[in-house]
Amino acid sequence: MSELLAVRDLAVSYRKVPAVRGVDLTVESGRTLAVVGESGSGKSTTAHAVIGLLPRGGRIDRGSITFAGQELTALSARGWRAVRGREIALIPQDPAVSLDPVKRVGEQVAETLLIHGLESRRSAPAAAADLLRRAGIDDPARRARAYPHELSGGLRQRVLIAAALAGRPKLIIADEPTSALDVTVQRRILDHLGALAAEENLALLLITHDLGVAADRADEIAVMSDGKVVERGPSAGLLAAPGHAYTRQLLSAAPSLSAEPLRPRRETGEPLVSVSGLRKDFGPVRAVNDVSFELAKGQTLALVGESGSGKTTTARMVLRLETPTAGRVRFDGEDITNLRGERLRLLRRRMQLIYQNPYASLNPKLGIADIVTEPLRAFKAGSRKDAAALLDQVALPASMLKRKPAELSGGQRQRVAIARALALRPDLVVCDEPVSALDVSVQAQILELLVRLQEELGLAYLFISHDLAVVRQVADHVGVLRAGDLVEYGRADDVLHRPAHEYTKELLAAIPGHLENAA
Amino acid sequence: MAEVLAPRAGFVLRRPGLALAALVLLLVLAWALVPDLFTHYDPLSGVPREKLHGPSAAHLFGTDETGRDVFARVVHGAALSLRAAVSAVLIALVAGSVLGLVAGARGGWLDAVLMRVMDVLLAVPPILLSLALVTGLGFGTTKVAIAVGVANVANFARLMRAEVLRVRAGVYVEAARAGGVRWFDVLTRHILPNAAGPVLVLGVLTFGTAVLEISALSFLGYGAAPPTPEWGSLVAGGRSYLASAWWMTTLPGLVIAAVVLSANRISRALEGERA
Repeated sequence: MSELLAVRDLAVSYRKVPAVRGVDLTVESGRTLAVVGESGSGKSTTAHAVIGLLPRGGRIDRGSITFAGQELTALSARGWRAVRGREIALIPQDPAVSLDPVKRVGEQVAETLLIHGLESRRSAPAAAADLLRRAGIDDPARRARAYPHELSGGLRQRVLIAAALAGRPKLIIADEPTSALDVTVQRRILDHLGALAAEENLALLLITHDLGVAADRADEIAVMSDGKVVERGPSAGLLAAPGHAYTRQLLSAAPSLSAEPLRPRRETGEPLVSVSGLRKDFGPVRAVNDVSFELAKGQTLALVGESGSGKTTTARMVLRLETPTAGRVRFDGEDITNLRGERLRLLRRRMQLIYQNPYASLNPKLGIADIVTEPLRAFKAGSRKDAAALLDQVALPASMLKRKPAELSGGQRQRVAIARALALRPDLVVCDEPVSALDVSVQAQILELLVRLQEELGLAYLFISHDLAVVRQVADHVGVLRAGDLVEYGRADDVLHRPAHEYTKELLAAIPGHLENAA
Repeated sequence: MAEVLAPRAGFVLRRPGLALAALVLLLVLAWALVPDLFTHYDPLSGVPREKLHGPSAAHLFGTDETGRDVFARVVHGAALSLRAAVSAVLIALVAGSVLGLVAGARGGWLDAVLMRVMDVLLAVPPILLSLALVTGLGFGTTKVAIAVGVANVANFARLMRAEVLRVRAGVYVEAARAGGVRWFDVLTRHILPNAAGPVLVLGVLTFGTAVLEISALSFLGYGAAPPTPEWGSLVAGGRSYLASAWWMTTLPGLVIAAVVLSANRISRALEGERA
C-alpha cells in the first residue's frame, strides 16, 4: 500500500507562537491513523493545516504536506478548492454549530456535489438523500428536508459525515467527531464511519483526546504533546508497551482504560439524602419519573445517563434549584421539598454544586479570591483572608488569588470551583459532570482531588455523569437513568459488573477501550 | 470598564479617525473647564463697532449682530451645553439601567408592565417627547436636560433588560444562587458588572445625540435665556442673518456636528473592542 498523505517536519505558528513544531505523519489508503493528544497539543492545528483551513493568524513555517504526490503547502486558494471536499474532507468537531441553521440538511449535503460538478441541479437531491442513507440515516428522503435544529446531535453528526462523503474523497479527517455525543451514539457513529472507510478504501485521520477511542478504531496511533509527535506506532503495540513517558501518563489517566476504583467502595452508612417518588414535568414533557434513591454520609452516589435522561434535573431537584412536581426530598431527616425563601437559603450552606463547565461557572469579572470566598460572604462565615487556605486545599498556590478566571486553565478553574463549593464545609456536594469538559490527565487529577477531599472532610457526593468509565472510579452506588426512569440502582460493583438491565449493558459496552479489553 | 477605556497607544494610532475624535472631545472639554485659555473676548458684551464681521485672524468664527466674538461664545457655551448633555445622559443611564435591571431580574408582571411603558415611550419620537416634557417643566437648560434624559430612558431600559436576561441565564449566576448568595448581591456583584458594558457604550453614543437634542430644544427657544451663550441658541440666534452672516449659524453648527460625530466614533470603537 502506498502513502496517501505524508506530512514531513511540519511547523505551524499563530502570530509567532509555535503550535506545531516538526510533525511527521503518514496515512495510507484504507488505514486509520489516530492522532491523540490533549488540548493545546497541536493535534487540531495539524489537521487544519492538512486541509488548508488554518484559522486567522496561523501560518505554516516549514515542512511539507504531500497528498497523493501533490504538494499542498504551495497550493493557491483556487487549487485548494479542487482538493477540499473532493480529495480531502473534514468532519468537524461540533455538530451543533457546523451546520447552517437556515438551510435544509439535504441542500447542505448537495452543496458539495454541486460545487464539484458531480451532479446536476436536478439529480443532486436524490444523490444527497442517497449519501444520507449511506451515512446511516433512516428515511433519508424525509430527513433531507429537515432543518438542523429538528435533528438530534447524533443525526447531525451523520449529516456531516454524509457531507464529507459527498465528494468521494480519498482521505477523511475526523476532528473529535463524537466527543459532543452520548457514548452509545458515539459508538454507533464510529462503527459506521469505520465500516464506510473499509468499504471505500478510505484513509481516515482521526483526531481525538480519548486514547480509548483511538485504541478501538485506529490501526496506528500518533501521540502528540506540545506540538510534537512523541510516539507513533501500531495501536496494539503502542498501548501494550508505551515507550514514551507521556503516553504512559495518558494511558494511566484514561478512565476508559483503568477499571479500578480510586478508593475502596463503601457499602452502608447513615442516610443524608433520601429521595422518594421524585417526578418533574416541564409542560407536557415528563423529565423525571418516579425516581427514588438514598445517599449516605461520606459516600458517593453516581447518577448515570445520556443527555435528556433527567439526571441533571434530578440533581437540581435535590438541591432545590427546581421544585419537584411530585415526590419528596429529605435532607438529614428534614423534608426540604417545599422549603422556600430564607430557610432554603440557609440550607444552601450544607449543600453545594460543582458545574460541568468551569469556563461558564466562574464570574469573569471577579478575582479568584472573591470567587472562592463568595459563599463565606453570603453567610458572613469568613472573609477574603480565608481565600488562601481554601485554594491550598485544592492544591492551588496563593499567587492565583489576584488573577481573573480567564487567566487560568480549565483544570485550575475547576479547582477554584471546587474550593468555592467547599468553602462552607457542606455535607453534600453535587458534582454535575465535573470532569467532562477537561483533558484526560486533568480529569484524573480532579477525580483524585475530589476523592481525597471526600476522605478528609467526610463529604457526600451526588455525582452526575454520562461516562460510566469515570463513575466506576469514584462511585459507591450507581443509579442508571433513561428517559426519566431509574432503570437500575444498586451497589456500584453490582451495577457495573453484573448489570441487570439491557440499557446498562449497552452503556457498559459503549465505553471506549472496551473492544481492546475484551480482545 | 477600565480595560475598555484604556486605549493601547498602537490601537489608537492605527485609527487616525479615532484619535481625531478623542482630540475633539478633549478640546471641547478643555473649553468647558478653562474657557479663558482659548479666548480673551467677553462672550456677553460685544463691540458694536465690529458687528457682523466675517471670520478672520482676530475673530476666528466672526462676530454677531452686537459685535460679540462668536468663537468666544462657542467656547464659553461649551460648559453649559456639555453639562446639559452629560446630565441628560446620566439621567437616562441611571434611570434606564435601574428600570431595565429590575425588569430583567424580577421578570413576571413587573417586567411586563415596565416594558409596555417603555414601548409607549419608544413609540413617540424622542424630540416630540422632550418638547412635551419641557413644555410641562418650564424653560431653562437644566429642564431641557431632564426632558432629553427622560426621553432617552427607554433605550437604556430596553438594552439593560436584554443584557440582564442574557447574563442571568449564565451558569455563574446560578452558581452564586446555589451557593446561597442573596438575590441583591447576585444582582450587584454578578449580573450588573457583566451587563453594564454595552449599556455604557450606549451612554457614549447617547452623549452625541443628547448634544444634538439639547441644541435643537435651545434652538426652539426652550433653553438658556439670552444672552447666556449655549450652542443651540447660538445657531438659532444667527438664523435671522443667514443670508448676510453665514458664519453665525454655520460655525457653531459645525462644532456641534464635530462633537456628535466624535462621540459616535468613540462609542463605535468601544463597541468594537468589546466584540
